[in-house]
Amino acid sequence: MFVVDTLLHRLKRGCETMAYPDGPAPALPDRHGGALRVESARCAAGCDACIGVCPTEAITRVSGQSVALDLGRCVFCAACVTECPTGAITQTGDHRMAARRRQDLVLGAPNHAEVRLAGELDATLRRLFGRSLRLRQVSAGGCNACEADTNVLGTIGWDLGRFGIQFVASPRHADGLLITGPVSRNMQLALRKTWDAVPEPKIVIAVGACAVSGGLFADHPEVHPGAEAVLPVDLHIPGCPPHPLTILDGLLRLLGRLDERRLPPVAGRSERANGSLPDAV
Amino acid sequence: MSGATLLALLPNATSLPWRDIPAWPASEFVQVTAAALARGARLCSWFAVPEESGDAVQLVAVLAFDADNTLAVGRSTPVRGSYPALTVLHPQAHLFEREVWETHGLTPEGHPWLKPVRASAGEAPANAPFFTVEGGEIHEVAVGPVHAGIIEPGHFRFQCAGEEVIHLEIALGYQHRGIERALAGGPHRRTLRQVETIAGDTTVAHATAYASVLEALGSGEAPLRGQWLRAIGLELERLANHTGDLGALAGDVAFIPTAAACGKLRGDFLNVTAALCGNRFGRGLVRPFAEGPDVSGALVQQVLGNLTRALADVEQAIAWLWDSASVRARFENVGTVHRAQAEEIGMVGPAARACGLVRDVRYDHPAGWHRFAQAPVAVWPGGDVFARARVRSLEIQRSGDFLREQLVAAPESGPADDSPASTGDTLAVALVEGWRGEVCHVAVTDAAGRFRRYKITDPSFHNWSGLALALRGNAISDFPICNKSFSLSYCGFDL
Repeated sequence: MFVVDTLLHRLKRGCETMAYPDGPAPALPDRHGGALRVESARCAAGCDACIGVCPTEAITRVSGQSVALDLGRCVFCAACVTECPTGAITQTGDHRMAARRRQDLVLGAPNHAEVRLAGELDATLRRLFGRSLRLRQVSAGGCNACEADTNVLGTIGWDLGRFGIQFVASPRHADGLLITGPVSRNMQLALRKTWDAVPEPKIVIAVGACAVSGGLFADHPEVHPGAEAVLPVDLHIPGCPPHPLTILDGLLRLLGRLDERRLPPVAGRSERANGSLPDAV
Repeated sequence: MSGATLLALLPNATSLPWRDIPAWPASEFVQVTAAALARGARLCSWFAVPEESGDAVQLVAVLAFDADNTLAVGRSTPVRGSYPALTVLHPQAHLFEREVWETHGLTPEGHPWLKPVRASAGEAPANAPFFTVEGGEIHEVAVGPVHAGIIEPGHFRFQCAGEEVIHLEIALGYQHRGIERALAGGPHRRTLRQVETIAGDTTVAHATAYASVLEALGSGEAPLRGQWLRAIGLELERLANHTGDLGALAGDVAFIPTAAACGKLRGDFLNVTAALCGNRFGRGLVRPFAEGPDVSGALVQQVLGNLTRALADVEQAIAWLWDSASVRARFENVGTVHRAQAEEIGMVGPAARACGLVRDVRYDHPAGWHRFAQAPVAVWPGGDVFARARVRSLEIQRSGDFLREQLVAAPESGPADDSPASTGDTLAVALVEGWRGEVCHVAVTDAAGRFRRYKITDPSFHNWSGLALALRGNAISDFPICNKSFSLSYCGFDL
């Protein structure tokens, strides 16, 4: 009875893996807000309303310039969006925010209102990893939110395996590391040993505000300010934690597996300027 | 039996002036605490408050008399150097006393296993000597800190005779981020956000405990609708994690139908939380003294619809698990913690309830919305993996019922207190039943109302010793299902 029940149930449910990236991306929660956008032209001189409410000091201002918002430090509480009297900081509803270079996450310069999205790996690495990427995940002070939303990519809804991406148990079998957490001092040695055990060539992906910049803990002496303080980072994925779709987008972008022309438009993104589309690194 | 204690009594989520907390010289204080524990109290927290100058500290004990629905606190007069260990009389104090020794240098004389809890010895925490078993047939297995899979780091040291584990010692500390240290002098602008990440999968429980502490210190309260939303968020958190862990348990015994279904369903519950506050883990859901995000009637209906579908699917996926004789055979009589052991080491949450212990903060120490609405406590005897899985599945049913009932019973919006300042020289305690068990936050303020000391006790702090005991006499190959059945937090322990 039991086996028949199980099979019938599976038949009834059909394939539960999402159509993305061939079909539309799953909708972000209505209140998610997505990536932020900072329009320097709207930023009022002498105003520091947003700077005072940011819990991670992600927003700074050099006198005479508009504010700079570091999406790598941002925990997406949107306090600045609420606080900004001129609407210079807005939510785009866009899940895409992975960047290759750290400075591509710093928003607010006149031609840099939004994240400069990650470009793909160079030809050699793409040939090696493009259709088969094995990652060893290391949590180094992560709170288990980034870990959980990375793990979820392995479930039937996301089915990361269909892209040839897999998380492996041994660093010896890995092509790189996916790091979460600010890199606690107590994990530094273990992270280093894991990194050393991965054969060349290898990459590092930092997931979440902590791994990208130290996040909420950046100035704690018990931790490093993010993975880049310890290892070279090839991909930065902001968020606290990043939505699984944001992580998947980053991974596929890195491998050159996203064809932007074929992708259905992203909600709230129609006004995106051509100048801020993926940037070759 | 709280009537017989000399400690000061207070209900959950309330405060007490520091001067009204009775104080004894340390050795006497240990005796008073031991007597209360012997009368059936539990040790919720034990920590030290440093004196403003010098190296002396005052020890503080927070106890719970569950049957009397009351908490109790006491403290020592300033002490330095050493004092007679409470652990000798009550093993549930063993990690707390190690922690105080590590942080403040106060030695508990006679402590049987005094070694660091989180601090590094050399380059990594696990470098301190381990307990070893001698003998020709004995071998040692070291696992971690980096484990197979996407999981936080910790080190497990097994002493084995063949397949059988004779002793397991768990060394943590790899995730230490200095959260408690940073809280001193607070609250700071980032404190609420940091509290939300104490254990990222327990955001709502920790944030609720923090908000309750602030509200007790400010003699204020969140509007009822805010208290309601916290209770809703707490059960959603429980549903997501219990569902995910039952799926993972099924995966560990190679029972794929439930593993596949629950992996996805866990996400459905997280998405319900995200519908309320925008974040799958409940960041931003709890705001001290406030209602939190606006949850309209239309949103409630949408949430209720998604929740009902997910609950029906979970019920089916878990029914497959219990229908399968091969799953039951793998869960039964594996990883047993006996009731007396659980009591002795002060276990909490579903792991304690799976040993037949009736302890649940929502029921024993109701605060906030739980003063008006409670779910029945899920208890199962046995103490094995089966019992822990069984309690989790019962709690899924009961959290589901609670949510279906409470979602449509939202109180009216009300005016919010304008965040009154914290009272100075006061101690406030809040317990919250997170999905792993009792989350305990204690704040002691200075004259200006800032945190002089803020103590966080995640349920994992009580329960990791339970996992170590569960492994004794079991095959080492059963470690994964034992571990998953507890599913404890590393960062919540390491702080």
